[in-house]
Amino acid sequence: MPRRLSYRHALREAFDEELARDPMVVLMGEEVAQYNGAYKVTEGLWDKWGDDRIVDTPISEAGFIGMGIGASMLGVRPVMELMFWSFYTVAWDQIVNNAAMVRYMSGGKINCPIVIRGPANGGTGVGATHSHTPENILANFPGMKCVCPSNAYDAKGLMKAAIRDNDPVMFMESTKLYGEEWDVPSNDELPDGELFIPLGVADVKREGSDITLIAHGRAVITCLKAAEILEAEHGISAEVVDIRTIRPLDEETILESVAKTHRAIYVEENKPFCGVGAQIAYMIQSTIFDELDAPVLRINSLDAPAIYSPPLEAIQLPTPEVVVEKALSIC
Amino acid sequence: MAKATSSAPPAGSHAAAPINQSLTPDDKIGLYRLMSRIRRFEQVSLQHYQGGKMAGFLHLYIGQESVAVGTISLLGENDHVITAYRDHAHALAVGMGMDECMAELFGKATGCSKGKGGSMHYFEPSKNYWGGHGIVAGQTPLGLGLAYGLKFKKLKGAALCYLGDGAVNQGAFHESLNLAALWSLPVIYIIENNGYSMGTSQSRSSAYPSCLAERAAGYDMDWELFSGEDIYEVRARTQVAIERAHTLSRPAVLEIATYRWEGHSVADANKEKYRTKEEVERFKNEHDPIQRWKRVLIEEGIASEEDLKKIDKEAQKEAEASGDFAKASPYPTPESIFEDVYWEVDNKTDAGQTGRHFFND
Ligand SMILES: Cc1ncc(C[n+]2csc(CCOP(=O)(O)OP(=O)(O)O)c2C)c(N)n1
Ligand SMILES: [Mg+2]
Repeated sequence: MPRRLSYRHALREAFDEELARDPMVVLMGEEVAQYNGAYKVTEGLWDKWGDDRIVDTPISEAGFIGMGIGASMLGVRPVMELMFWSFYTVAWDQIVNNAAMVRYMSGGKINCPIVIRGPANGGTGVGATHSHTPENILANFPGMKCVCPSNAYDAKGLMKAAIRDNDPVMFMESTKLYGEEWDVPSNDELPDGELFIPLGVADVKREGSDITLIAHGRAVITCLKAAEILEAEHGISAEVVDIRTIRPLDEETILESVAKTHRAIYVEENKPFCGVGAQIAYMIQSTIFDELDAPVLRINSLDAPAIYSPPLEAIQLPTPEVVVEKALSIC
Repeated sequence: MAKATSSAPPAGSHAAAPINQSLTPDDKIGLYRLMSRIRRFEQVSLQHYQGGKMAGFLHLYIGQESVAVGTISLLGENDHVITAYRDHAHALAVGMGMDECMAELFGKATGCSKGKGGSMHYFEPSKNYWGGHGIVAGQTPLGLGLAYGLKFKKLKGAALCYLGDGAVNQGAFHESLNLAALWSLPVIYIIENNGYSMGTSQSRSSAYPSCLAERAAGYDMDWELFSGEDIYEVRARTQVAIERAHTLSRPAVLEIATYRWEGHSVADANKEKYRTKEEVERFKNEHDPIQRWKRVLIEEGIASEEDLKKIDKEAQKEAEASGDFAKASPYPTPESIFEDVYWEVDNKTDAGQTGRHFFND
């Protein structure tokens, strides 16, 4: 029986292993230590690693994120939690102008090996201020990297790569996924003795031949459900490509899949305007136009601030039904 | 060389502080030379700016030289410096060369940031100099992070983080003060109070008790206010904070009163509107830190007027030569636009070669 592990515990294992591997790694954020993490992602780590490695901060996102960036310039490897990625706006200047720009403006003399992480998702009834998904905005800045794992296995492997990366990595999780479990082998079951997934490698989560559903983060789960419905009810074989990291981006896996199925839809919980799907749809049509049997479509969260009202919030984000409907429109 | 006088400085004076007593005559002349070089460098850069050789802003430090030179002269191996966009003086004071600094202004490949930063963004981590930051107060959490890094690595050092009198009103600075005091981090914030943030005087921009630094009291942090005109005083009073940072890992806020002679930047269209000509003239004539130090050196018999003139001439020559160097230097190549964005890409690691990093078509 393969080992089952929740998304949050997979992340915690990644932290624990990296804390053990590199004495420069520090976890920092609001309530990450003594409270065990607002979402229990860092549970037990303070007990094990103590005050020097697991640090509770005041509610000062600009101050402590900036501090982490400054410490990373000196070789510390901070893993900073934003209780919600939504609070990025408060630390935005530090993230953009310092973490992402300082290497360039110093002519390559400085680098910032920092990870900024936390949940970035809607769908939990917390209203517009707490439901932002800024991956498209973050990925717009050269100098930044952006990762959105859709499951526990990827979350662990990608977090380890993010911590070892020498550039600033924005790591976006999902409170909707924290409690869900996946097969995550323990290290002694793995040939390399650890789970490590390089940034910039997409993953085909389901093979198919009629249409490619491309997605990142929790939308991948939505696509997998949609693919099952398409198969069972419509006899359509959908391939699901999880891009896993937005920047760097694995374009080859996407193009290979679309060249095979000749149809593509990008699905994301992000807003449509200049979303990730816009970039990828552009890339597909400009590269393999002749392979396409239909226009590349996309499905996003409905284009308004995240609504609170629970029944409406549920339909603001892409559902498997919407994906099925859109797929049928081009298959 | 003038004849040395034998009179010791009066007890209790800043000149008598141990940190100043330990200065050799050569050290003192070195401080003069550095201030002179900074001023000449900036004067020459201004000429080239006016000659159309550079773009953007040029924020001159002329009139404030004793602050950067006095404070940075105290620093050791594990002490670090970070400042805002008025950053030329700090760069030269940590030992960066005029050539690379001038070339950066010209946007040349030989510049300290390879022409990628410009006037506001000088960096030299090998000299513990972390910039050069264009967003007002954006550097204040970074300075805190340098102090955090020192403490985390158990190094005995301090981070000197400079900011202006306008920058004190940014939230990030206040967050940094709280964190510095809360975690007892060895950061020393130095408010270079030149009386104005662009065209806004201190009294039109800040609410404060007796002075800006006193706000630190609200964070239970040590603070000081003093004049930046006399290098002895700058050194003596900054040294107290450095020692506290080194031995007790305690942060501080120092407010150093100074004055900028030029406009906010060379592009300051209103530089004669928000302050009077008389005010500027008074500071130039009566409070020039370089003239002041010159008098000290002459009074102490360490150097003659002529010795110092010679130093000025050498500084002028060096600055002019740096202009020639910058002019003769090549611009960065178009390919270099994509260098220095990602460490992993530059270093051709597996991570840097996996996935697409740049999206140009
Ligand atoms: C966040 C931000 N707001 C505004 C500016 C434009 N600006 C640049 S310098 C400056 C004045 C700052 O004055 P002060 O902090 O006193 O420093 P000084 O220029 O006197 O050295 C302003 C408004 C900026 N660079 N960054
Ligand atoms: Mg000012």
